[in-house]
Amino acid sequence: MIRTEELLLNVGPQHPSTHGVFRIIVRLDGEIITEAIPVMGYLHRGTEKLAENLNFTQIIPYTDRMDYVSAMTNNYVLCHAVEKMMGIEIPERAEFLRLIVMEMQRIASHLVWWGTYLLDIGALSPFLFAFSDRERILQLFNELCGARLTYNYMRVGGVKWDAPEGWIDRVKTFVKDMRLRLDEYHNLVSGNEIFLSRLKGIGKYDADTAIAYGLSGANLRSTGVEWDLRKTEPYSLYDRFEFDVVTGKNGDCYDRYLCRMGEIEQSIRILEQALEQFPGDGETMGKVPRVIRPPAGETYVRIESPRGEIGCHIVSKGKAEPYRLKFRRPSFVNLQILPKLLVGESMTNLVTILGGIDIVLGEVDC
Amino acid sequence: MEPLRFIDKPLTWGHAGLMVLMAVAVLAVVILFVTYAIYFERKVIGWMQFRKGPNRTGPLGLLQTVADVSKLLLKEDTIPAKADRGLFILAPALAFIPSFAVLAFIPYSQHLQFADLNVGFLYYIALSGVTTIAIVIGGWASNNKYALLGGMRSAAQMISYEVPLVISVVGCVMLAGSLNLRDIVEAQSGYFWHWNFLPQIVGFAVFVVAAISELNRTPFDLPEAESELVAGYHVEYSGFRFAFFMLSEYVYVYAIACLTTILFLGGWHAPIPQLDFIPGLIWFVLKFAFVVFCLFWIRATFPRLRVDQLMGLAWKVLLPLSILNIFITAACIELFGMGG
Repeated sequence: MIRTEELLLNVGPQHPSTHGVFRIIVRLDGEIITEAIPVMGYLHRGTEKLAENLNFTQIIPYTDRMDYVSAMTNNYVLCHAVEKMMGIEIPERAEFLRLIVMEMQRIASHLVWWGTYLLDIGALSPFLFAFSDRERILQLFNELCGARLTYNYMRVGGVKWDAPEGWIDRVKTFVKDMRLRLDEYHNLVSGNEIFLSRLKGIGKYDADTAIAYGLSGANLRSTGVEWDLRKTEPYSLYDRFEFDVVTGKNGDCYDRYLCRMGEIEQSIRILEQALEQFPGDGETMGKVPRVIRPPAGETYVRIESPRGEIGCHIVSKGKAEPYRLKFRRPSFVNLQILPKLLVGESMTNLVTILGGIDIVLGEVDC
Repeated sequence: MEPLRFIDKPLTWGHAGLMVLMAVAVLAVVILFVTYAIYFERKVIGWMQFRKGPNRTGPLGLLQTVADVSKLLLKEDTIPAKADRGLFILAPALAFIPSFAVLAFIPYSQHLQFADLNVGFLYYIALSGVTTIAIVIGGWASNNKYALLGGMRSAAQMISYEVPLVISVVGCVMLAGSLNLRDIVEAQSGYFWHWNFLPQIVGFAVFVVAAISELNRTPFDLPEAESELVAGYHVEYSGFRFAFFMLSEYVYVYAIACLTTILFLGGWHAPIPQLDFIPGLIWFVLKFAFVVFCLFWIRATFPRLRVDQLMGLAWKVLLPLSILNIFITAACIELFGMGG
């Protein structure tokens, strides 16, 4: 008589495919997962609590460190919330700069996802291709604000630094090159038979499930729901530009892949238009009081980060520090569906599904 | 010059000494190959990824692998406390010995072969199967769950792919009318379209896929799938034991590249007989290098298959194809008088 037993396997926090310090305890029957328990919090820094003792300008660098792959959008959501509370007007040039860096950041973020996801699936080269393109974006950001990852670029009322001489032209060159590179990436990966068989039909869920779990971003759009805050609740200058909301049909990992790749293309489209319309001169800071004291009350704003809907809820008592600051972090919310998706899948699909959700641990743990 | 055939000769001290000397010579060649295959692999993949590859240790980075291996050899020898000590120590040696032993029968040119076996190819299959056992033992003895999963995957994969690998070669054997590798090469003499890769195109395709899988290389590198199993069966190995696993892996790359050259690419024959004045060994090395390059190229390009798809591919696609290939080859020999 052969005795069989389930295997309790600890994946992470130092596992190469958990994209940081994330841990999943999986119960395996052979190679099939019967139960998956995510464990998080290894990167928890208490950002929301820390913020209660900081004034709003001081909080901005903390938002950089939440979703460190997409710091610009995090900067924006906080500034946007405060501006909304105080009713501050933003100069057009500043708003254009914000929008341009946010879309560049979206491309950079999706490139990181693309490279690491293919690394998870076992292809080595795309990672390096993606990072060489991302490097160009980081160089441009470096010229703009002197930082490569945690930019601390935006301020309540505008942006900290104006674009240096010739920067806009360099971004234009980059955007032109990026379009060609994107075609190359599709050639290399998107039609690959092995790649398709690894992704199609894996980690599937329908639109109702996605909404019930509060998913957003490509995770939601892959099921066919047209929900992109840039379109549905336009903020910044997004209503001025022409772009499409990329949606999928099947809600599997392959559709999520196509959504993100499509979003890179849409970001390129937005950038092309924004760079054409970029105002020649103007202020980069609006009229902001010396001490930023939002009036008592609360507000919630949400924008579309590369990972989904990032929200910022501020409760103010009229002081320079927020009474309570709460971030709705898309990575954290999107992760909730993971245990449900993993049951019945193999170890190999664990990596595919987890990678497909696209989490950043700095944001999950906050 | 007569080929060196130790098997036919009486076993005297002189011959035994010569045999040992020859074995050492092969070992030296193989180790040199492995050293520079690793260097070459890193360079090729580096170029394909717009990187420079190793270029710091020695001129052009040529000493990189030497440095890496020295590091491995000087490392502390760690054995996990809960590991099965005996098996843990046995596994790397058991993996390496057959990988080296299979090299004896490879005919590099008309004159250069260490053991002219009449069952050449079967000898390879028989010995390379032992390495699978070593991998399973290594995964089991490590007492690590990742290693165990890697070892089990490896066993399943290698057993599945050995079947189409053997059957895909039967076509070549039928054309040559012999299992002896020398005869198989001789049967491919003439122009390059007489080489087996064209008449045996199906067999060739199946052989290449099954061979890459036997090598545990991308896209079939599931036993050591880094992103899932961290390092698979050798996750607990370090130092020179790890070096032995890696060594045997690259020696198999050497063996498979040699076999591909011999079975399908005409061995030492020149592409057109007019070029026969160039020594056969050079043609062999060129073809061999091309096969090795293709293996690296594939590694830089493809993602990895999934376990269940892997099994499906072996049993549902490759095996029927290779059996079909036998029937077609047999029909062609019978109807059109192909081959010997």
